[in-house]
Amino acid sequence: MAGRVLVVWCPDWSVVAALADEELSLALPAAVLSRNVVEVCNGPARTEGVRRGMRRRDAQARCPELLLLEVNPDRDARAFEPVLAAVEAVRPGVAPLRPGLLAIRAPGRFYGGEPHAAALLAETLVDAGVWDVRIGVADDLFTAEQAARRADVQTHVVVEPGESAVYLRALPVEALLADGAATELVSLLRRLGLRTLGDFAALPGGDVGRRFGAYGAEIWRRARGEDTTLLGARRPPPELACEVVFEPPLESVEAICFSVRTTTETFVAGLAERQLVATAVRVEASCAGPRGEDVVVSSRAWLHPRHFSARDLVDRVHWQLQGQAQGSVRSRRSVAAIAEPVTRVRFVPEVAEPAAAHAEALWGGGADELVERGMARVQAMLGYDAVVVPVAQGGRTPAARQAVVPWGERSVGLRPVDRPWPGQVPGPAPVRVFAEPLPSEVLDAGGVPVRVDERGWVTGEPTTVRVPDAGWLPVDAWAGPWPVDEAWWEESGSPTRRAARFQVVGVDGRAWLMACTDDGWWVEAGYD
Amino acid sequence: MFEQMFDHRGVSASAVEPSVVAQLRDRMAAMQGGPTRLPVPTHPTLSPLLQLRAGGSYGVDSASLALALMAGASAAGEWVAVVGWPDLGVQAALDLGVDLARTVLVPDPAEHWLEATAALVDVVKLVVLRPRGRVDAKAAGVLDARLRKRSAVLVVWGEWPRCEARLTTEATRWSGLDQGAGRLRDRRARLAVRRGSAPPRQADLWFPGTDEPLAPMEPVRPAERVRSSPVRLESVDGRGAREVG
Repeated sequence: MAGRVLVVWCPDWSVVAALADEELSLALPAAVLSRNVVEVCNGPARTEGVRRGMRRRDAQARCPELLLLEVNPDRDARAFEPVLAAVEAVRPGVAPLRPGLLAIRAPGRFYGGEPHAAALLAETLVDAGVWDVRIGVADDLFTAEQAARRADVQTHVVVEPGESAVYLRALPVEALLADGAATELVSLLRRLGLRTLGDFAALPGGDVGRRFGAYGAEIWRRARGEDTTLLGARRPPPELACEVVFEPPLESVEAICFSVRTTTETFVAGLAERQLVATAVRVEASCAGPRGEDVVVSSRAWLHPRHFSARDLVDRVHWQLQGQAQGSVRSRRSVAAIAEPVTRVRFVPEVAEPAAAHAEALWGGGADELVERGMARVQAMLGYDAVVVPVAQGGRTPAARQAVVPWGERSVGLRPVDRPWPGQVPGPAPVRVFAEPLPSEVLDAGGVPVRVDERGWVTGEPTTVRVPDAGWLPVDAWAGPWPVDEAWWEESGSPTRRAARFQVVGVDGRAWLMACTDDGWWVEAGYD
Repeated sequence: MFEQMFDHRGVSASAVEPSVVAQLRDRMAAMQGGPTRLPVPTHPTLSPLLQLRAGGSYGVDSASLALALMAGASAAGEWVAVVGWPDLGVQAALDLGVDLARTVLVPDPAEHWLEATAALVDVVKLVVLRPRGRVDAKAAGVLDARLRKRSAVLVVWGEWPRCEARLTTEATRWSGLDQGAGRLRDRRARLAVRRGSAPPRQADLWFPGTDEPLAPMEPVRPAERVRSSPVRLESVDGRGAREVG
């Protein structure tokens, strides 16, 4: 005979998870809505008359202060993970059924019997911060779940061995509704005059199969207490993080880097054992706090364009701690020391991918890997952010249309290029784009600085211009002004937000994109 | 039937693609000149005047020429690096055909420019360098040796003591701009390639701009040659002989 099953049910888990996420009290009436229909509501909302399946407007009419939450299955699953871990600490082999519902094989006599085990589990979960826990124990999964649904807060219901059919007999057919797909079947059973599971279970099995199909036969078996569902117990996630403790604490970055070498090798080897490689790693360094506890002083996620090797990790530790020490990683020759002695360095794999996806080709990695190593050398020489990859992004001015991403990082937060971007500077793209506009001057024929008045007219014809590299030059041709007033609602920003743009060609054949503001003239880009 | 077959073979043998012949000649030249003189992909517009050779350093006087030389190698799938050019125009590079996924930029190497450039020469095919201030012959010599060893190309925007060839643009004319009206549209310039003391080889270049300001991302036709004065090697040789005589 298969073992006994213990089911832990946390009612209204979506609402609990959402309220915990927003750090709100569980006593507030709240409901999770999906497509304007109440999916789950909690106890306080139910007392106000909110029900599942109600439209948003009806629910609000019953309970005006109802907190409306968006449905988010990922959040529910994420919030349920600590619950699984807490149960796993008591008894391994946890089968997560869905967020808010889990099953384990009931421990027989280990905790002194099933009621004791259930009480211990409830206490563990309440300690872990889950207030509403209900536990059911029975021979099969369906009966155990039904028992858990009929338990009170933080209590349990134990169905004795062999008593499943008797226990289920008295339950109404609506108990089947916990399985979302059974709605139609329940409605049909009700219309056939079958009010309890006992009525349904009393039907002859062959006739049930013919009338209700395979699904109906499956439900019929469940109602008879003969559920054969096996528990898909999960394996606890492996511990991939590695840490090294320094005793006594280390102060110099060089010494730390030397000491973490073995740990990084263990870390990479531990991943490789599971056919994994890390493409993003969080490096945490902690110092001793005032009461001797560990305080994380430096924590940063590092991304790798391929995957981390032990040497790469040592480099990242070096950059991170050196940057911590000096605010900049640029000066490589200064003595590297950090503010406080480090007691512990920890490596946590944030993204681990199958090694097969990153395997080297038969004839070696080729040029890309070589480039990778060369760039690492330049980064070691000049600092992490001294090697960049230029990328194009959307924007209006030439400077806004480009960005740089440090080598090895992934570009995030770039504006999309494929939008229309009305108001951008027309014509050929400039070959030189100054991130910060350079100050300049433009004079008219009388040697008076040229200005743009409120009506957008120039006060004189530009005849002489001061440009980078070449100094003062006579103007060959010019176009403009094109007045723009960008982002006027922001407090501070680029000096050329409110400006009139010009294109100016000097007599040497070089053209410049210039901007005239209240503060003077600026060179924004050059056509060379 | 046999005759036909022979005919057929005869025709196919005589009609060998001229490009194949050129390719074979290139390979023979490469074999004779040692492995460091392999050609490096050059922009199709510039290649009639200048074929980049691995191990050489080339001087240019304008950013667009540096980008054009970079684009040739990058479009052919090589990695390129840019040192000391923080104000690189990304859009212009894209328009010329540079693949940004295989481009790295060291915007400000400060006093370590020589070490950084040498480290990059080790791993990428073409390095564009914009030196700050004067470069002494010793530093250039160090880099030249590294270039020959690693079969890479150095393109210097600025002064460089020893260049295999120097590219300059002359008589640049912008069109589309009037006194206060219009906008920059395209540019014509004369490109001159000087090798040592030989007379320069010249060609006219046309840098077309985008016509439609709302569609700037459409692939811009790269610099297109409008009229190139055919280079007469005989006359150059003849004049050289006369001068010697």
